[in-house]
Formats: sequence, C-alpha cells, structure tokens
Amino acid sequence: MANSQMTRGIAAGRLPAEVIAGNFSDLHPPLDPHEAAVAADRCYFCHDAPCMTACPTSIDIPLFIRQIQTGTPESAAKTILDQNILGGMCARVCPTETLCEEVCVREVAEGKPVLIGQLQRYATDTLMADGVHPFARAAPTGKRVAVVGAGPAGLACAHRLAMKGHDVVVYDARQKPGGLNEYGIASYKTVGGFAQAEVDWLLQIGGITMELGKALGDGLSLDGLRDGFDAVFLGIGLAGVNALRAEGEDREGVRDAVDFIAELRQSDDLTSLPVGRNVVVIGGGMTAVDAAVQSKLLGAQTVTIAYRRGQQQMAASVFEQDLAASRGVRILCNVMPVAVQDGEIELEYTAQEAGALKGTGERFRIVADQVFKAIGQRLDGAPDGLKIEAGKIAVSDDGKTSITGVWAGGDCASGGDDLTVTAVAEGRDAAEDIDRALRS
Amino acid sequence: MADLTSNFVGIRSPNPFWLASAPPTDKEYNVRRAFEAGWGGVVWKTLGEDGPPVVNVNGPRYGAIWGADRRLLGLNNIELITDRPLEVNLREIKAVKRDYPDRAVVVSIMVPCEEAAWKAILPLVEETGADGIELNFGCPHGMSERGMGAAVGQVPEYIEMVARWCKQNTRMPVIVKLTPNITDVRKPARAAKAGGADAVSLINTISSITSVNLDTMSPEPSIDGKGSHGGYCGPAVKPIALNMVAEIARDPETADLPISGIGGVTTWRDAAEFLALGAGNVQVCTAAMTYGFKIVQEMISGLSQWMDEKGHATVADIVGRAVPNVTDWQYLNLNYVTKARINQDECIKCGRCYIACEDTSHQAITMSPDRLFEVQDDECVACNLCVEVCPVEGCITMEAMTPGTVDPRTGRVVQKDYANWTTHPNNPATVKAAE
Repeated sequence: MANSQMTRGIAAGRLPAEVIAGNFSDLHPPLDPHEAAVAADRCYFCHDAPCMTACPTSIDIPLFIRQIQTGTPESAAKTILDQNILGGMCARVCPTETLCEEVCVREVAEGKPVLIGQLQRYATDTLMADGVHPFARAAPTGKRVAVVGAGPAGLACAHRLAMKGHDVVVYDARQKPGGLNEYGIASYKTVGGFAQAEVDWLLQIGGITMELGKALGDGLSLDGLRDGFDAVFLGIGLAGVNALRAEGEDREGVRDAVDFIAELRQSDDLTSLPVGRNVVVIGGGMTAVDAAVQSKLLGAQTVTIAYRRGQQQMAASVFEQDLAASRGVRILCNVMPVAVQDGEIELEYTAQEAGALKGTGERFRIVADQVFKAIGQRLDGAPDGLKIEAGKIAVSDDGKTSITGVWAGGDCASGGDDLTVTAVAEGRDAAEDIDRALRS
Repeated sequence: MADLTSNFVGIRSPNPFWLASAPPTDKEYNVRRAFEAGWGGVVWKTLGEDGPPVVNVNGPRYGAIWGADRRLLGLNNIELITDRPLEVNLREIKAVKRDYPDRAVVVSIMVPCEEAAWKAILPLVEETGADGIELNFGCPHGMSERGMGAAVGQVPEYIEMVARWCKQNTRMPVIVKLTPNITDVRKPARAAKAGGADAVSLINTISSITSVNLDTMSPEPSIDGKGSHGGYCGPAVKPIALNMVAEIARDPETADLPISGIGGVTTWRDAAEFLALGAGNVQVCTAAMTYGFKIVQEMISGLSQWMDEKGHATVADIVGRAVPNVTDWQYLNLNYVTKARINQDECIKCGRCYIACEDTSHQAITMSPDRLFEVQDDECVACNLCVEVCPVEGCITMEAMTPGTVDPRTGRVVQKDYANWTTHPNNPATVKAAE
C-alpha cells in the first residue's frame, strides 16, 4: 500500500507524483510578453525612484521597465545585470515586497505595486534564453584573486573581477557552485535548474576557474591563499546552525531546516523524499517558511511554525507568512520549544519580562513526527586572525577585513541584511575595491 | 431628467450621438446593430456614383498608435468609400429608415465634381427616405487622387459650387463635411455657407502616417512593402477638431451655421465639449470601432447625468456655451497670476513634477531628501506642466493669486483689473495715450 498524508511517522511519497510536481512548480510563473507589456505600462518612470533606492544593488528600475515597454527586454537585462549580475536569481528570490515593490509609488497610491520582480525576470530570462552574455573582459591585468565561496557574494565578486581583467579562482566546499542559490532556497522559487544555468551563464565572462569540494580548513588556508594570490575575497556564508537548546534535540526526527531544504533542492525525485506526517518548524525567518511550506507541499498532514516572539517580529515577510498560511501552514507565535518527545513536542508560551523573553510556565504539547530547526545560522570556520563583530567578519563599507589583502562579503560579513541581493551588492562592491587596490 | 433629443437642421434623433460615415455604417447589418444599441443616428458610409464600385486594398487598411496598456489613441485608415454597389446600399438605407423612423439616417455622398453626377445621385438617395445628405469633401486618401474628397474640400470655390448644386437639386438638408487638411478651416466653412449648405460637419480625417515598420522600412499599414498616407482619427485628433469647430463657431461669418462635431469623441465628456464649443450634435467612429456600439450607453447616461447636475434641460441649452470664452491670445488677461499648488495628501512622491520642472522648465519645484515636493512661488511661472505630468488627477492644481498680494516671482502687486497684450507697454503696436 502506497503512503499517504495519513501514514504515520516520517515517510516518502505521501502524495502522487503529479500532485507533488504541481506543488513544486514555479511560484510566480513567468510573465508572457503580453503580461509583461501590461505590467510595464504601469510604471510611472519616477524621478530618483524610490524602488531604485530600496534595491540593495541600486538597479535602475524605471529605466529597465521603460526598456521593456519599448520592446527591448535585452537592453533592460543589461541595465539590470550592470548592477546585479545575479539579477535573474534575485528576480525570483528577492523579498520584493519589503524592497523595491514596498516603496513603489503605486503601492503607496493603490496598494498594488508595479510587478518589478517579475518584470526583472522577464528581462533577464529573455536575454539568457538568447544565450547572450553582454559583458566582455578588460585587458588582462596579470593579477590573480582567490574567491572563497561560490555563493551570491563570491560569484558577484568573481564576475566583476574577471570583467576588470583579473584572473579569478573560486573555491567552494560543495560539489556544485551557487551556494544558497543552489542549496538554500525553496524549490518553487527557482525551478528548472535555474541556479546552475545562471552560474554557467555567468562564467561565460571567462577568466574564472572553479575549484569545487575545497573549503577553508580542509586543504585551504587563508595564509596559503594570501601567498598564492594578489587578493582574497571571503564569501563563506553562515555554515553553522544554531542549537535548539531543548531537551531531546538529538532525537531522530529532529534536523536542521537548511539540510532538509538542501536535500530537497538536490533531489531529482521528490516522491522519494521523506517528510513527517506532523511537522513542526522552530523559527520565524525565511528558512522556517521555506521548510514549512515545502513540507506541506510534500504531503505532510499538518505543519506548524513555532516562533518564540510575536508575529510582528518574524523575520519572514508578510508575503512569506501569507504564502505559508495559504498552503495550510499554521503559525504559532510566542511559543518556545521545551522538549522533543516521541511523536510530540512540548512548547511553552513566552512573554517579554523586563526586556527579556521568558517562558510563562504554561506548557502544551502538539504532535510532531518531524521537527525542523530554523532558528538561524551562524558564522562557522572563519579563519583565525580576522576581526569578528557581532558574530560576523568585520568589514568596511567596501568589504575590507581587518587583514590587508583580504575582503569579505555576503552573509558571513558584517553589515546589511542576509539576502541574496545584499550579498551580490557586497561581492560586487568588494570587487571594485579589490580592483582599485590592485591597480594602485 | 435631461432631454437628450436632438434636432439638427430639422433632422430629429433621440440623442445627439450619431455614427460618422465610416466602416461601422457601411451596411444594413451594422446600422441595425447600432440602432439597437441606442445610437441616435448614422451617416451612412459614403456612396459613389452608379457603376462598378470602387475597390479597396486587400491588405491591412488601418494603422494605429497606442498609449499605456495599448489603449488605442489614434487610428488611421486607407479605406475608400463604400465598395458595394449603389443599388444595394440604397435598398438597405430604405429598409433601415423604414424600420427606424425615429433615428436619423443621413447619407454621405462623393461623386465627381460635375453637376450631372450630383443631379443623378440625389434623387436616388432622396427616394430612400433618408433624412439628409452629407457631402464628403474630406477623405484625404485615395479618392482625393481622383479629384474627389479632400481635393474638393481644399478648394473653397468647389465647395460652394457643389453645395449649391445639391441645394438646387434636393429637398434634403445638406451637410458639408470639411477636411482638416487645410490652413484655415473658416474659408471652406464660409464657402459651404455661401453655397447654401444647411450645416458643416468636421473634422474629417487628417493625412497621416502612423508608423514605420523598422524591419521592412515600410509605412504602416503596409501593402506588400509600401504604404500610403491615411486618414487619422481617434482620441488623438480631438484637440485639433475642437479648435476647428470653435474657429467656425466664433467666426462672425459662420456663427449661425450649424456644426456637426466630429473628431475623437470617445466619451460623453468629449461630446459635451464639442457641444459647448458650438456643435449641434456629434458624430463618433473610432470609439465605436475600438469598443463596439455599446459605448453609446455611457455617452447617454454621462451626458444626461452631467446635464441634470448642471441644470441643463435640453441639448440646445448646451450648444455654444463655451464659444464666448474662446478668444485670441492677445485678449488673455495678463493680470491673472496663478501658482502651482501640490496637495501633499494626494502626492504619491513619483517626482515627475519635479524633474519636468527641473530639467525642462523653471526650476520652481524643490525636492527634499524624504521626497517632499514643494513649489517655489518665486520661480513658478504657472506654466501648468507639473499639473499635466502628475499621474494623480487633482493632486497639483493652479491657484489664482489674490489681487493686492505680491507675486514673489516678479515682485509686482497682482492687479485685479483685466489687462491684455494690446495695451501692454512691451507691445510695439501699443499706441500710447500720452503721445
């Protein structure tokens, strides 16, 4: 007998293959040319546009939308990619509802922003479908730069450096490049192997060598890289996962949400991916929502997000919360895990007391065959000697670390939100600074 | 409830909305649908003389331009007059008029500029029971190359001559349709009146090329790689039409000549504007061709509501109301000083007023770091550009300065008395009383 949503414990194949395929299809199907024309026509071409200011990579949004309006989406893509070489991925995963679209004057006026993210995807998809890479390398400088981490920050940094004529070697611990784009984002946000296709497209610039399966502390050392290269950029992300600090945390059925998401992204048969009948996700950020929603889409009967603070404090945007709710995920706020037991989790209500979050003593249990921890990642494996600030590698505005010749960006570095788009901006800006340093 | 019935040169219709002579009025089938939808009248698509009908191109006939969301703003066509046999059209006109006696059925005619040709066709049209005729002196394309249409309408002497022939040979009211492809529309209007015409209708379409296909380098609409200028119409031509209607309405020589207003009428409001500038009724084509005949329902309800709100009992009460306010530039009051006012509650912070003023005008709007846009009265010349580019209607307005206050831009006290260019000291033609 095949499994179903009612199958006890943790099991694969809870839903028929075609249902799972439908569940994991594109969250926002791409705009067709007519839809893009309609959406583009809504843009007012604002002066010094708020959307552009809100974009961490400062994409000239009014200009690229006007270029779509006038039938030149390829030029629009160039405008986007000039600022953000991963504009295709950002079009898919950016929380536009808290960035460009939140401040769109039509959001202010009508509660309906211009569909900036989807228009950006329309432009970048058009260009990439043409197989065009609109950038060329400058004359070779003879300088070599090591980039550690092939995530958004590292890729953006590598591309910009290569474009400036430097030779770049990118190292990554995993077997595929892309970082969180490949391993850490909900599947329905980037379907069809887009993350790898984008990396392949990006590498068309030339001058970038990929060294996969190599990590700092595992065959690589910062000192060695400094000796072998003219500059080093660290985009190593947050490899550590915070602990639950609840009894029974090490029980079977308790795992890190990021691992589940990565496994799901790498699976080529989602019907073989096991998920609990009753799933509880501990946390309140994007990772929690991604794990919860995908559990539901795989066929979990009940999925609950348990977050220790109030809904207002959730790091997941309102859009993400609504997405979770629309997929049948229950969000419990002001609760913290106390103990994981066999098939259950014990939670305790929380309250603010004298500025600190404390348990109220009132406890309850809900069924839980599987518990995902999504309570944040932390810096892990940063090389010794780097100044650390609030748990991250301390960097200047242009990405300089405390060690001369070493730059850092993305989630591992201080400053900015932990967003793909922010990582791209930091990687790009560090590359500009590295280029200046190498030329001086 | 406002009375929308219309009496235009003795032709009665339940409302002042007629369909213009054009593709929508080429056949009985279409005209019956139009009347069922509520149109007050039609001008049947232009008939030519008896004999083998004209032929049309067999490729595209229309070109267009669009605004946002591909809203059609301007349409042009290279279609000729009816390409159906005269006898068929006459039979259908008769049948429709018989079945819709309360609606206006006017027949557009275009035959060669010879009295015999007009004498031949007029009795045939009269026999259908049609209410009147409209002389097509307007089409700028195709027929004009054969000495008809705009080729006649561009020569006032011909207009007068043909109008006279028609008046002498039919009992039906004669409406002369004018082409806008001239320099001074008052001349052909005066000629029509001199020839005895009962009314003029305007504007016919404007000579135009709507676009060029940048792949084939052919104008659109393209016929096997070539294009020809067509006749332009639709919302984009309304301002041109309104001006021409007003020019005739305020010309002392033609002030009493009835006008049927045509040119981009799309909504009840457009229609009311034509009426206010002196048109006795309006004719519509492009809006119907874009949206279908049902739009007349909005035109009827809108005009009726507005008339009720304003206390206008009949259509005739509106006609020409704005004509006294159309004047020459030299008579505009130079002591009328306004300043732009931005309603901060309405402002959506797009910054278009700012950049328009900053880049292209008078640097009279400032922008703060938090996107507060404010008018600087000492720079504002009240040009109205900010009002026109603002996406929010009513957000920016022009406010008249109170006489006695000082205009910060000029440092001069705003005068309450009217004063225009004719008496302005900078006018070289001004005769100074003291000298």
